[in-house]
Amino acid sequence: MDTAVKKYTFKDFASDQEVRWCPGCDDYVILRSMQKALPEMGIKKEDVVFISGIGCSSRFPYYMDTYGMHSIHGRAAAIATGTKLANPELSVWTITGDGDSLAIGGNHFIHVLRRNVNINIILFNNEIYGLTKGQFSPTSLIGQKTKTSPYGNTQPPFSPGVLAMGANARFFARLAGNNPKEMTKTFIEAEKFQGTSLIEVMQNCVIFNDGCFTQYTDKTVREDKQLLVEHGKPMIFGKEKNKGLILNGLKLEVVTIGENGVKEEDILIHNAKEHDNTLHTMLAKLEYPMVTGIIRASEELTYEQREDALTKEVKANSKFTKVDDLFFSGETYEV
Amino acid sequence: MAIKNKEEALDHVVIRFVGDSGDGMQLTGMQFTDTSAMFGNDVATFPNYPAEIRAPQGSLYGVSGFQVHIGSVEICTPGEDLDLLVCMNPAALKTNIEALKPGHTIIVDTDSFTKKNLEKALYASNPLEDGSLNNYRVIEVAMTSLTKEALSGMGLDNKSITRSKNMFALGMVYWMYHRDMEHTLDFFKKKFAKKPIIAEANSKVLKTGFYFAETLELIPNSYVIAPSKMPKGQYRIINGNTATAWGFLAAAEKSGLELFLGSYPITPASDILHELVKHKHFGVKAFQAEDEIAGVTSAIGASFAGDLAITTTSGPGLALKGEAVGLAMILELPLVIVDVQRGGPSTGLPTKTEQSDLLQAMYGRNGESPLIVIAASTPANCFDWAYEAAKLTLEHMTPVLLLTDGYIANGSEPWKIKSINDMPSISNKKIAAGSNSEAWNVYDRDTETLARAWAIPGTEGFEHRVGGLEKDKTTGNVSYVPKNHEYMTKIRAEKVQRVQNSIPDLKADFNEEGDLLVVGWGGTFGSLHSATKKLAEDEGLKIGHAHFNYINPMPKNTAAVFAKFKKIIVCELNNGQLVMLLRSNFPEFIFSQYNKIQGLPFGANELTQKFKTLL
Repeated sequence: MDTAVKKYTFKDFASDQEVRWCPGCDDYVILRSMQKALPEMGIKKEDVVFISGIGCSSRFPYYMDTYGMHSIHGRAAAIATGTKLANPELSVWTITGDGDSLAIGGNHFIHVLRRNVNINIILFNNEIYGLTKGQFSPTSLIGQKTKTSPYGNTQPPFSPGVLAMGANARFFARLAGNNPKEMTKTFIEAEKFQGTSLIEVMQNCVIFNDGCFTQYTDKTVREDKQLLVEHGKPMIFGKEKNKGLILNGLKLEVVTIGENGVKEEDILIHNAKEHDNTLHTMLAKLEYPMVTGIIRASEELTYEQREDALTKEVKANSKFTKVDDLFFSGETYEV
Repeated sequence: MAIKNKEEALDHVVIRFVGDSGDGMQLTGMQFTDTSAMFGNDVATFPNYPAEIRAPQGSLYGVSGFQVHIGSVEICTPGEDLDLLVCMNPAALKTNIEALKPGHTIIVDTDSFTKKNLEKALYASNPLEDGSLNNYRVIEVAMTSLTKEALSGMGLDNKSITRSKNMFALGMVYWMYHRDMEHTLDFFKKKFAKKPIIAEANSKVLKTGFYFAETLELIPNSYVIAPSKMPKGQYRIINGNTATAWGFLAAAEKSGLELFLGSYPITPASDILHELVKHKHFGVKAFQAEDEIAGVTSAIGASFAGDLAITTTSGPGLALKGEAVGLAMILELPLVIVDVQRGGPSTGLPTKTEQSDLLQAMYGRNGESPLIVIAASTPANCFDWAYEAAKLTLEHMTPVLLLTDGYIANGSEPWKIKSINDMPSISNKKIAAGSNSEAWNVYDRDTETLARAWAIPGTEGFEHRVGGLEKDKTTGNVSYVPKNHEYMTKIRAEKVQRVQNSIPDLKADFNEEGDLLVVGWGGTFGSLHSATKKLAEDEGLKIGHAHFNYINPMPKNTAAVFAKFKKIIVCELNNGQLVMLLRSNFPEFIFSQYNKIQGLPFGANELTQKFKTLL
């Protein structure tokens, strides 16, 4: 079999289907960033599988010229688990949204992270139900007025990152929906990472929740409101590159370099690989600055690796190679 | 009152071991079963235990029982009227005495007939003293004290000592039925290899019980049951759940595919998962999922990637899986769903049997969503039906729902072992690597079966998308075209219907024409077969028995079989589900029905009585 990987361009990954998201939707940015990232990953097109649930985001697989399944609401992570276990050689991507993964599919979401199946999950978070036309979601804010909360939402939201840390996610990145460059880069990193990679995209819904992340993502404010972390680098942000994070007791604190005697070397260095996720959880929780980039990337054995090792061990020690060995073994008798 | 021991030859006997759920009755029963099978008897078993793992000691609802039917003749059911009842406490006596034939034998542990235990069993007076058991032969044995005595000085704790009293009872029964102790003694050695003192204690108690019975002149009879005339070959005792698991192992090996099981624990189906997790040496991927839905959806993911994928559950779990099964159906991927039925609705009777999921299996999904539905009918043939389910799903590219039930899943019988070489071949629709994809469309169909091809990820040039939205009849792209939806709905139904072309005819046993046709499906085979046999062979009545294993679609000749009989009675352990399908499919016939919804199998006597009213 031919093992060389062809040189692909982003066009090789675009299907013949017309993209049907609303004009101006961040989903287009994610799609295009993915089509650009895939040729850089060194994997064969036929080895790529996109599996989605239900929702606007979940139409994604139809637009990718790879293997794909648009499944049922909330179940993509469980389906992807089966696909990956069946063939660990595949590059398996789950496309999901805040309703799909954090409401109806919450159980599969936490368990896939717990098991650490080597798949990639892109969570399109727009803090609203789009496809069903504007109901609040598990990430909608308190007070948010939606079709099902005309007087304001009274259900406190999940923070996807914090939930993921609670489920022991080994890889978590958060990205702005209007930052294709960072997306492409992060998708490549997610594919390299051995284990479940979760990427939350703060995705604007132009119709039902327009401007939901503008306070962090608008070009005029983003440098001041977002902290784009990078492993091994100090956590510095701001137009002037003079703001940073320090640890004050058990809390993260924003400080200004040059004020009150704060020096650049006082700023925390980001360690995405740290096994203990306490600081990663605190970073995921922050609202100012909104932390973006790869917050956590701490590898350990994947579920498939553990299964594979165990299977090899059992095979090596077993007297059974064919089912007949089993059927005729033990307590049989002649009539 | 010494009665001389005598030997009596019997062609079959039914024995029930009953006690507290912690008394080890299941193990005692299985040992007696294995020993009898190895001796050459035909056997059938029926474990009957409470849902509570350790219900309060001595309580009526904590009684656990194991019934075994052994014979020198063909044994199709675990029997109903008992020849011997072994009771470890008053609650066990109270809940089981009705099943014992008058004049027959009870062995009781008198040590357990304390005031407290009698009260717990709601006895106003001690049945051993008040004459209420005068119609039976009661053998009173102080089993607990005799066990303690036998084990004194071994340095065992009290709990370990009392726990081995079941072996005293087994020893007695071994002597009564001329069974050899060797198999059980061997079993102890293996099971307690790391605790030789426990092995020794159990062996000692078993022998003590055996010799006690031998010397006890109170036991009036011992019984001889000759080996039965079963076809020659190598056998083993197997229960339905193990046989189901092994059927899938065989199908995976024969088809050259890897087996993937996605499952979530549920009574009485968990034993299939317990069995398949053991077989990593065959490359089995048995995945215990976070819930029922992940069980089936992980299997769908594995099927998409090219594994032989199955999911196992019981009624409540099937309800949860419904939407995903519909997905597998519209994707037209191979998938086997096993429903080991239990008493419903809702949580119902988890440890009891019922056939009340048939309509759920047929229709329990949104939209027009037909599946192939088949049912196993005996513990051992669960092997064949699991194998057949895998073969059908792979060859027809549509999900298969296999129904078994708690009765055959937990019941066991001799299985004439099948070698993989004796099993029919299984083909699949996978597209070979290197195939040319130019003329291929996702929903191109085989002209005979209407099955589509199975293009699995990793196959170059066949990249495609599938999904739960209605798809274009050729490309598989999303389609809302009205006529296309109607076409696709009909062709998916037609694909299931065409399975008729590859399944055998329905047969009527005993008589191919006559006055009454007994119709059943699934796990009631043994009861219906025995009852019909009795009337047809012993009494010469014109009665036949037709049993469905293929339910959707039904065999082509079904109407022709029905037409040969004056009357038809449909017998089911539900409120009338198959009969509803039959009335809809075959409105030209009149169907009587006999239904039982007690969480218990049919008894042969109730059936013969009912049938006689129609003859």
